[in-house]
Amino acid sequence: MTERNVPHAELSTGPTDWKSGAMQARIARRYRRERIFQSLGLGAVVISVLFLVFLLGNIVKNGAYGFVQTSVSIDVTFSADLLGDPTSLSPEAFTEKVRKTNMLRLIQTSMQELFPEVKGRRDTRTLLRIVSTGARAQLRNMILADPALIGTTKRVELLTSDDIDQVIKGNIDISLPEANRKVKDNELSWLQTLQNDDRISLNFHSQFLTGGDSREPELAGVWGAIVGSAFTLMVTLLTAFPIGLCAAIYLEEFAPKNRFTDIIEININNLAAVPSIVFGLLGLAVFLSVMGMPRSAPIVGGLTLALLTLPTVIIASRASIAAVPPSIRDAARGLGASPMQVVFHHVIPLAMPGIMTGTIIGMARALGESAPLLMIGMVAFIVDIPGSINDAATVLPVQIYLWADSPERAFVEKTSAAIMVLLFFLIAMNGIAIWLRQKFEQKW
Amino acid sequence: MNSAPAETGPEAIQAKPKMAARGVNVFYGDNHAIKDIDLDLYADKVTSLIGPSGCGKSTFLRCLNRMNDTIPICHVTGEILLEDENIYTSGIDVVQLRARVGMVFQKPNPFPKSIYDNVAYGPRIHGLAAHRTDLDEIVTTSLEKAGLWQEVKDRLDSSGTALSGGQQQRLCIARAIAVNPEVILMDEPCSALDPIATAKIEALIDELSGRYAIIIVTHSMQQAARISRKTAFFHLGEMVEYGDTTEIFTSPKEDRTRDYITGRIG
Ligand SMILES: Nc1ncnc2c1ncn2[C@@H]1O[C@H](COP(=O)(O)OP(=O)(O)OP(=O)(O)O)[C@@H](O)[C@H]1O
Ligand SMILES: [Mg+2]
Repeated sequence: MTERNVPHAELSTGPTDWKSGAMQARIARRYRRERIFQSLGLGAVVISVLFLVFLLGNIVKNGAYGFVQTSVSIDVTFSADLLGDPTSLSPEAFTEKVRKTNMLRLIQTSMQELFPEVKGRRDTRTLLRIVSTGARAQLRNMILADPALIGTTKRVELLTSDDIDQVIKGNIDISLPEANRKVKDNELSWLQTLQNDDRISLNFHSQFLTGGDSREPELAGVWGAIVGSAFTLMVTLLTAFPIGLCAAIYLEEFAPKNRFTDIIEININNLAAVPSIVFGLLGLAVFLSVMGMPRSAPIVGGLTLALLTLPTVIIASRASIAAVPPSIRDAARGLGASPMQVVFHHVIPLAMPGIMTGTIIGMARALGESAPLLMIGMVAFIVDIPGSINDAATVLPVQIYLWADSPERAFVEKTSAAIMVLLFFLIAMNGIAIWLRQKFEQKW
Repeated sequence: MNSAPAETGPEAIQAKPKMAARGVNVFYGDNHAIKDIDLDLYADKVTSLIGPSGCGKSTFLRCLNRMNDTIPICHVTGEILLEDENIYTSGIDVVQLRARVGMVFQKPNPFPKSIYDNVAYGPRIHGLAAHRTDLDEIVTTSLEKAGLWQEVKDRLDSSGTALSGGQQQRLCIARAIAVNPEVILMDEPCSALDPIATAKIEALIDELSGRYAIIIVTHSMQQAARISRKTAFFHLGEMVEYGDTTEIFTSPKEDRTRDYITGRIG
C-alpha cells in the first residue's frame, strides 16, 4: 500500500480502497461543501424571515392604533330653546329644526362650563378644536334617534380631533418648542385637565371598519374601499374565470397544435409578465375612451383587472388540465365518450381544485393591485359607500395609497391599519386556496 | 379485396371475420410503425398479438377502434373493416365505433369515482338504460360477468381507485362490457398483475370469449397459448405469421417466429 497518499493512483483492478487517505480527504471535502451550502441556505431563510417579521411588526405596531380612537366625555345639555321641542312641534318640523341647528353651540356651552376661564374668540375656537368635527353629526344623530333627550343633560363620549388623538397616542413630541408643534401649550393644559377629570379614553373605533373615507383621519374608514374592492373583484371573477377557463380548455384539449396556437400560447405567457400599469392604459383606452363606461367605477376596474388576471387563470387552468393523467382520457374515449364528454365529465372535475386555486391566487393578485386602477380614475376621494358596480368607488390598495399620501400624522396609523385589513383578506384568500388544494387533491 | 390471407387456411371460408385489416400502414411522422398488414379477426376466436417490444402491437390494436386519432402525428392508410364497413371512411362516427369496439388498457385506469359510477358511466352516456333499475341491472350483470360482483357488491359506493390492481383491471373490463361492445381490445391487460390476478383475468377472458370478439396483446407466450385460438406474430412492424395458436407454437412456418418463441429474438 505505498500509493496510499498518491491522489490519483493508477487505475487498480482490485476493490476500491474506501479507507485510503485520498478517499478520506474527498469525503471530508464533500461534508464540508454540504455544511457550507446548508448554512448559506439557512442564512437566506433567516434573512427573509427577519425582513418579513420586521415588515409585519412595523405594520402591526403602527396599525394597531388605527383601530382605536380617543374620545372625550362631556356633559351636553340638549336645550329645547335651541333644538326645538318635540312635544309641541310636528316630527317633520322637529327634524328640520335639529338639522338646521349648529351642534357646535351645544359643544361650546359644555366646554365653556368645563373651562370658564377661556375667553375670547380665538381661544374659544381653539378649545372647540379638541372635539372632532364629526362630533356634530354624532350629536345630531343621537337627538334624532332619541328625541326624549331634549331638555336633559347627559354625559356623551365625543371623538377628539386627530391632533389631540395623536397627543394621547404619544405620536406628537410635546417636548418640542411650542412654535414647532401643531398642538399648543394651552391645548395641552386643557387636555391635562380633562385627563385629570378622567374624561379622556381610548376606545375601539368601529367606524374605521364601517365608515367611508373622510378628510378627517378620526372619521375615515375602510368600508367604502372594502365594498369597492368586493364589487371590483366580483366583476373580475365573473369575467376572468369563465373566459380563462374556456380559453384553457380550448387550448389544452381542442386546439390543433400549429404555428398559430403556438403564437397564442407564447403571447399568453408573456402577457402574465406585462407590468400591471399597462393593463390600466389598455382599460383607459378601451373601456373609458372607446366604450364610454363610467370613470372610477368598479365595473371598469373589474374588467381592467380581469385583463390582468386572465393570463394567470389560463396558465393555472391549463397546467391543472394537463396534469390530469392521459389514462383517464383514454378510458373515457375507449368507452365512446365524445371529446366534450371527456372534458366535462372527467378532465374538468379532476382539474377543478387546481383551476380554483389558480383563480383565487389570481384574484388575490387583483385585490392587491393599485397601479392599473389609478389609470382609470379609481383614485378619487369618495366618501359614499358604493351601492353598485356603476358607482364611483375606490379599492383597498388605492385607499392605502391615498392615505399614505395624506399630510396628517394620524393617517400614518390609518394607512397601516388599512394594510392590515388588506393583508387579512389576502391571507384569507390564500388560505382558502391552500385548503381547496389539500381537500380535493387527487391521489392516483 | 375481401380474399382472406393465405395463412388463415380453410377456416376462413367457413366463418365471416368480425373485423379485418386490409393493407394497413401506420406512420408516426416519418416512422413507419405498421407495414402493410392484412389480418382477419373472428368473433368466436380469441386472437393474441405477440412480438418483441416496439414491433407495433399496441399501434395496430389502437387502429381497431381509432384510438390513434388522438395522436396528432399518427397517420393510418389502408382499410379496417368492422362487419364489412371501413371504419376509416369519413362518414363514420368514432364515438359510436368506440362503443362497439371497447378497450382495456395495460395499466388499470378506473375513473376516480365510485365503483358503481365507473360501470354505469358508459351506459349513461349512450343512454342504454331508461330507468335507474335498468342501470342497476346493467351494473350488476357487468360486474358479475367480470367476476368482481362477489368482491364489491357491498361497497359499490366506494372509490374504484381504492381497489387492488387486479380488481381494478376487472373493474375496467366490467366497465368495457357494460356498454355491450361487439369487440374487446386488450393491451397487455395482465402485465401489471400478479399470477393469481392474472389467472382470474384469463379465466374471465375464457368466459367472455363466446360473447365478444377478443383481441389481446401479450408478452407472455404461455398466456397466448393458454387463452387464444389464433395468434399473430409481429416483428418490426410487419405481421410475420398468423394462424391457429397451436400451429404457431408447435410448427411455425417462419424462422423469425420460431426464433421469437424459443427466445432467440425479443
Ligand atoms: N405516440 C407515439 N408517437 C410516436 N411514435 C410512437 C408512438 N407510439 C408508438 N410509437 C412508435 O411506434 C412503434 C411501435 O410502437 P408500439 O407501442 O405499437 O409497440 P408495441 O409492440 O406495443 O411495444 P410494447 O410491447 O413495448 O408495448 C415504436 O417504434 C414506437 O416508437
Ligand atoms: Mg404496447
